[in-house]
Amino acid sequence: MSLLRVENLSKEFGGVHAVEGLNYEIQPGAVHSIIGPNGAGKTTLLNMLTGVYIPSDGRIIFEEHDLTGLAPFEYAAHGIARTFQNLQVFFNMSALENVMVGRYLHERCGLASALLRFPRLARAERACRDEAAELMRYVGLQDYLSTASTAMPYGALKRLEIARALATQPRLILLDEPAAGLNPTEALDLDVLIGRLTERGITVVLVEHNMRLVMGVSDHILVLDYGRKLAEGAAAAVRNDPRVIEAYLGSSVASDGAAASAGSAASAASAASAASGGGQADLRGTSH
Amino acid sequence: MSAQFMPQFMQYLLSGLTVGAIYALVALGFSIIFNASHVINFAQGEFVMIGGMATVSLSAAEVPLGLAIPLAVAAVVLVGLALEKFAVEPARGASVITLIIITIGASIFLRGLATLVWDKQLHVLKAFSGDAPIAVAGATLLPQSLWVFGITLAIVLALSWFFGRTLLGKAMLATSHNRLAAQLVGINVRHVLLLSYGMSAALGAIAGILIAPISFTTYDVGVMLGLKGFAAAILGGLGSGVGAVVGGIVLGVAESMSAGYVSSAYKDAIALVITLAVLFFMPSGLFGKRGGERV
Amino acid sequence: MRQNFASPRVGGMVALALVIALLPVGLSNNYFYDVAILVGLNAIVCVGLNLLIGYAGQISLGHAGFYGLGAYGSAILSSRYGWPPLLSMLSATLVVAALAFVVGRPILRLKGHYLAMATLGLGVIIFMVIATEDKLTGGPDGMSVVAFKIGSFALREAQLWYWVVGALLLAAVWLALNLIDSPAGRALRALHGSEVGAEVLGIDAARHKLMVFVISAVFASVAGSLNAHFSGFITPSKVTFLHSIELVTMVVFGGMASTFGAVVGAAALTVLPQFLTVLKDYEMMVFGALMMGTMIFMPRGVVPSLARLFAPRRRPEGERKPGSEGAA
Ligand SMILES: Nc1ncnc2c1ncn2[C@@H]1O[C@H](COP(=O)(O)OP(=O)(O)OP(=O)(O)O)[C@@H](O)[C@H]1O
Ligand SMILES: [Mg+2]
Repeated sequence: MSLLRVENLSKEFGGVHAVEGLNYEIQPGAVHSIIGPNGAGKTTLLNMLTGVYIPSDGRIIFEEHDLTGLAPFEYAAHGIARTFQNLQVFFNMSALENVMVGRYLHERCGLASALLRFPRLARAERACRDEAAELMRYVGLQDYLSTASTAMPYGALKRLEIARALATQPRLILLDEPAAGLNPTEALDLDVLIGRLTERGITVVLVEHNMRLVMGVSDHILVLDYGRKLAEGAAAAVRNDPRVIEAYLGSSVASDGAAASAGSAASAASAASAASGGGQADLRGTSH
Repeated sequence: MSAQFMPQFMQYLLSGLTVGAIYALVALGFSIIFNASHVINFAQGEFVMIGGMATVSLSAAEVPLGLAIPLAVAAVVLVGLALEKFAVEPARGASVITLIIITIGASIFLRGLATLVWDKQLHVLKAFSGDAPIAVAGATLLPQSLWVFGITLAIVLALSWFFGRTLLGKAMLATSHNRLAAQLVGINVRHVLLLSYGMSAALGAIAGILIAPISFTTYDVGVMLGLKGFAAAILGGLGSGVGAVVGGIVLGVAESMSAGYVSSAYKDAIALVITLAVLFFMPSGLFGKRGGERV
Repeated sequence: MRQNFASPRVGGMVALALVIALLPVGLSNNYFYDVAILVGLNAIVCVGLNLLIGYAGQISLGHAGFYGLGAYGSAILSSRYGWPPLLSMLSATLVVAALAFVVGRPILRLKGHYLAMATLGLGVIIFMVIATEDKLTGGPDGMSVVAFKIGSFALREAQLWYWVVGALLLAAVWLALNLIDSPAGRALRALHGSEVGAEVLGIDAARHKLMVFVISAVFASVAGSLNAHFSGFITPSKVTFLHSIELVTMVVFGGMASTFGAVVGAAALTVLPQFLTVLKDYEMMVFGALMMGTMIFMPRGVVPSLARLFAPRRRPEGERKPGSEGAA
């Protein structure tokens, strides 16, 4: 049974169909990647899957609950967490406090208890602080435990968002371009981190342009183009799908020159030709 | 009673349109500065006050109106430029609330200055062309109202030409949309900011001069007029020229109608209630840009 | 409290308590007591307002309205209807809380300048009602208010008021510090940093904004009621738009997102005008210039700017005062 299922999901912005008629399922325990050219609708999809945008049409079903139309905080309460392509770090708080905010759902207290600081709350606060610190170490931020978030480098902030999302104890985590802006070694470390997330029993959805990362970790790939599903299936199958190559590289597929000068598309091409045999061979069909 | 209704309604409408036009001018001043810098200039009302006061004292000194008005406007423009240069520019990048307090500080400063240069008395300016009322559909209209309508209309047309047709005007709008991009294509952002303060100051001054013969002018008229102008700009949608004009007119007419039909003590309150009610349903005003931030 | 005494929370509380305890040594006559009491009452308003503006990042240019409703509510109930002052004050507080709760939800959906306008409008509407309903409020002339009484014990001497207000200020600061360091307080600061970032962590931003709006209104209302009974006479001048601005200026002057900053700001801007009166005609100009000057040169406010100046880089782990970095 799928963990999350969307049916005929659509989002329109004044005539622009950012996502259109999407049917898609996410299986528990697997790493799902969503790829596609700039403007394909990947972020829009994640925004709908976390209640940030309300779909123009269609349904979102998570663990057999219909979440369509709920507010973002309700999605979080159901166990869906995310990171952002454009950082949404709380820069008015320290790094550790950022992660402590993530414990909010599991450390609620009444207003009276907050104002009067009952001893029980003081204890819970210490535990919360410890757990947040533990999560920061888990994502490799042990050096920033007492740092102001404003003083952290970009790569560390991306990890901070992951730690913060993990603090909500999600069953599903959506990562929007976690490797963007990272140097190659930092990007490499992400493989390991994503692997460890699945070991924790967290299902991962990865939106990424870095094909090496995608091909390395994905069990399943969805390709979006102009808001529509272009292809989906196991990594190997998707990589060799001519329509995918076409979408990424335009019509001049064969030309090395075009590929080399095409920015993120170049990494798609090189990954497509270099890597072989990542992911399992269970092809769920390349629809549309 | 029903025979009385139409003329009375006309009367309220005409006086509402007159103050509405003044509010529109003040609101346009807010919008121009907001567009250039995303700052709300709470000293906008003082431009209005200084324009009125300066004209009153110049014409008391026997300076003919035709000369007194441009002189007063020029003086206010200088004040506006000084405000940008010495108070707003040094605080660039400060938070919204810090800038609000800076411009409110400036308005208190200017008001204090006005009590020194002038006094705390009520002043009245002679009407531009007499006080003989004109009959319109059973109601009466002061000639000064015609001046208000005519000049407001001329200004609105001139502004829409300026922002829609001229390179400089388009450059100012470009700055508001994307400061960096404007810089990259060679727009001098600092000049645009100065220009926006100069234009707003001129608009405020003209509003103050136009209304001086209709209502009294004193050192603190700017507080209420500034507030109304701000309310009108917000009601119409910040940064929208059409919004500023529509907001001003709606506010002016609403006020005049509530004074006539409901309670003159609560006319300002009713106008504000209408503004709030509109915001509850349209959080970016009537013509403001919709939609929040992207993530 | 097994809290570390060196932490800014407890350390600051102790320092504030010491200042309040020792200040009377320097207060040579009743006039100084009056000013000190006024400082305390304004500080209570600012501590609440700072929760809203400094921590949650929501502007209000209308809190003089809540202050005024507290003042007039208590004044009318006790002086016109003969209710016991304490009951009048509590009833007024309840009414203000209910009003803030009802209008807060739609108002707080607005952002930035729209929110500024809406709160400003709310404050002005309250002012107009108070200034117009002269049968109840005495209109622009104001009304006199009975002394504060608990049972048969009347609170009259300035010295007594001083201790009462001092204790209440300490309580207000303590409540605010507790709130800020709780999960709810972190939620507030988070939604200031990024509303969508907070929401996807499970925080109902609207509910939290409303909560802090109501709390800040209640602080203002209580201070307003006390001021009415203390001074024995109130006029609508304390309910004006300008008074709202004064309150916000105190918060920003002291330093947004710093509870002690709010207290310092309230003290500075309450005492300053008392000195400025010697400037007579120049008072307004100088006050305006000072407002501009401090904001231009210390946009973060006095306390954070000074803290930055004097505090060395070394900051012990986790003891950083939460959110003291101020707001964007
Ligand atoms: N809030 C919005 N308002 C209007 N249009 C939007 C909004 N959000 C997204 N869009 C549009 O929807 C389309 C899809 O955008 P989206 O951000 O989802 O793309 P993406 O696949 O995430 O691209 P990228 O790889 O560049 O991040 C684009 O055309 C974009 O301009
Ligand atoms: Mg995206």
